[in-house]
Amino acid sequence: MSSTEEPTTLSAYRRQEQSITLAPVEEQIRSDVGGASDEASHELLTLNIGPHHPATHGVLRLLVTLQGEVVRDIKPIIGYVHTGIEKTAEDKSYWKAIPVVERMDYLSYFFNAMAYCGAVETLLDVEIPPRAQYLRVIHLEFNRIMSHLVWLGTSALDLGAISMFWYCFREREAILDLFELSTGQRMHTRYIQVGGVAEDIPRGFAEKLRKFTDAMPTRADQYGDLLNKNEIVLQRLRNTCPLDAQKLLELGVTGPLLRAAGNPWDLRKAAPYSSYDHFDFKIPVGTVGDNYDRFAVRLAEIYESTRIIEQALAGLPEGPYITTDRKVALPPRHELATSMEALIHHFKLVTEGFRVPPGEVYHPIESPRGELGCFVRSDGSSKPARVHMRDPSFVNLQATSHMAEGAYIADLIATLAMLDPVLGGIDR
Amino acid sequence: MAVSRQPLGPAGPGGPAGEGGPLRIRELSSRQLLRGGEIVGRTPSAHPEGADFERYVEERVLTTTLDRAVAWARSNSFFPATFGLACCAIEMMSIVAARVDVARFGFEAFRASPRQADLLILSGRVSIKMAPVVRRIYDQMLEPKWAISMGACCSSMGVFNNYALVPSDKFMPIDVHVPGCPPRPEALMHGILRLRKMVQEDPELGWRERYGAQGTEEIVPDETAGRGA
Amino acid sequence: MIGEHTVGDTVFFRGHGTLEIDPATIVPVLHRLRDRGYSFLASVHGVDYYPHEPRLGVHYELLDMGRVDRVTVKLRVPTDAPEVDSVTPDRAAPGGGVLAGWPTANHQEREVYDMFGVVFRDHPDLRRILMPEDYEGHPQRRDFPIGGEPVAFTYNDTPSLGPPR
Repeated sequence: MSSTEEPTTLSAYRRQEQSITLAPVEEQIRSDVGGASDEASHELLTLNIGPHHPATHGVLRLLVTLQGEVVRDIKPIIGYVHTGIEKTAEDKSYWKAIPVVERMDYLSYFFNAMAYCGAVETLLDVEIPPRAQYLRVIHLEFNRIMSHLVWLGTSALDLGAISMFWYCFREREAILDLFELSTGQRMHTRYIQVGGVAEDIPRGFAEKLRKFTDAMPTRADQYGDLLNKNEIVLQRLRNTCPLDAQKLLELGVTGPLLRAAGNPWDLRKAAPYSSYDHFDFKIPVGTVGDNYDRFAVRLAEIYESTRIIEQALAGLPEGPYITTDRKVALPPRHELATSMEALIHHFKLVTEGFRVPPGEVYHPIESPRGELGCFVRSDGSSKPARVHMRDPSFVNLQATSHMAEGAYIADLIATLAMLDPVLGGIDR
Repeated sequence: MAVSRQPLGPAGPGGPAGEGGPLRIRELSSRQLLRGGEIVGRTPSAHPEGADFERYVEERVLTTTLDRAVAWARSNSFFPATFGLACCAIEMMSIVAARVDVARFGFEAFRASPRQADLLILSGRVSIKMAPVVRRIYDQMLEPKWAISMGACCSSMGVFNNYALVPSDKFMPIDVHVPGCPPRPEALMHGILRLRKMVQEDPELGWRERYGAQGTEEIVPDETAGRGA
Repeated sequence: MIGEHTVGDTVFFRGHGTLEIDPATIVPVLHRLRDRGYSFLASVHGVDYYPHEPRLGVHYELLDMGRVDRVTVKLRVPTDAPEVDSVTPDRAAPGGGVLAGWPTANHQEREVYDMFGVVFRDHPDLRRILMPEDYEGHPQRRDFPIGGEPVAFTYNDTPSLGPPR
């Protein structure tokens, strides 16, 4: 390639471009034909995937170093959805920070609220009534199913099994109808409040819930059949990008990825919170830790979550749905007409918010992607001094380069899909 | 509620155009006109002329200007670009799903490449790191192109009015804002259909005509100035 | 090396134990705790204790999966010398051999650097992770303004278009 321009007027990029000749490739071809392949003569290509790319789950940018089609290194670049949620939460009172914190990991909004409210409740040392705990569990497990359904639909879309998208979203619409029935909103429901839940479940919720839980296992069977008997999906997922449990623990990975590698660590069983120890459910665990195990573990978790919901509804205790401590939770509206104290509490809570004694607390829960922890520091005022969400996807993303090393680009896409990263949580 | 049947009129051409419905009368008179025969109840003439001719043509031929035809075609075939940023992207995926089906209107062909797309649905919060990327993608789209700002965060900073976000109007022109956090799929559909109405009926409603804008330009630094790529 | 003044304070609050340590000893302390079983580093995050000095805190949440026990290690550094040894890389053991680091702290320490300005010595790749590379300032410090701007709409004064067709 010859240039008609003087080299000094060319930019550095153009000069580098023109310095590339075919010599290394020709030499490699010669050496390959000769029997010995010389690694040093291979050229590495850096490919930029994203931030706008149909196969990434959100705006994730990957700098992939390729040798031919084989991935040698991945550097994820994140921050494209950074919203300053933690800083905004410092500006709001504890009650008003719940909607802000909910919008972090946008597929598991109940979990974000649960982790934050759990941390604030630990600081406040309030008791959560059992009915509220059961209602929280019901909605959390529904959110888990919904998150896994969205993951399944979009992952199958990435792999090419496009019709799964519509089936999974059909189920998701049923769950969102239930959320709308009980909370009034489809997403970001602000249902889990400090001290309990915002409202009791309405009439008709139990029947619709039972209809859903009766139908869900059959539907999950159908999804399993669709994908497990699909030769292409199996070829793309089986034995691709495995990573052993020890390496995953060093990388801080938790959740279905760790369970797929064989380590049955689940905070719902290990350190139960919100009455999870009242329910009988199994933890699906994989064996090899490849992409197929990650897929199978999440699919099996859908069945287990359905079982938890059925048990929670069957054993739903009577009682208040939010703590009766009027310094933390709003009094019921009928009391405002008769009791002066209730009026004053209502006024203080709505205008200033409750004050939290000073302290620092880290409250971890099990979200669909792993350990979701919320760190809240309180300095005694009515606004949090620091809110930090330890998001599982943020930490799990570090495993991508270890998983996909030595795999093809197509395997990289499948691995990203099975990793289930949600960029809202990664970037906060 | 009483249901009454009305006869359409006597069958066969040439009969009296009585109390049948207007459809029947029109059909009869059209046949008459075609045959050059008489229309009962009107001025008889061998060939339709004047007002008759106008009605004759109107009944058969859809006349329009080329602009309006093109606008009709454009509005019924938006190709949205797959551009999901945050929570609103999940609700945007819901409109592709079966309940609120965007394929009813012909907009299901989401294109991954901005060169092939003409509608950018900005769904989610635009951070300061992402804003130049969005602008670059918008610039890569070919004219005519439209943009919908979906959700409160990109329209108006939404829940988070802080250092990290940019309202989308700051760096690119938006045709329709859809409020909500996140907007229901039906709300987004309403916004898309409003854009469709805007494109189809009255292009002057858009910002281009009002500000005399012809398109978008990107100014790139001069490469041969020796300052590098 | 761990000396007798390593642990400044121990706090037991709401059923959870915390060690407040001298910042220079973070690596040996974490190695010691790992030998005791707290091998899983769940979270590394920063706090700004403005206006109390030293302002910048870094917290390490450790988890012992075998006994299901958690412990937090906290340290504080001042704003004019915000340097802490990074726990990410492997380090040479004093008696020979290699003490493994915690690869999980890689992105998390980068986030603390980005948001608070704490510099982690020997971190393999310390650069901004959430903000743009050339951003100035450390946003989550308490004296950084929250920002935000008034909203400007593309001016649109058309009357209602009516129901869409």
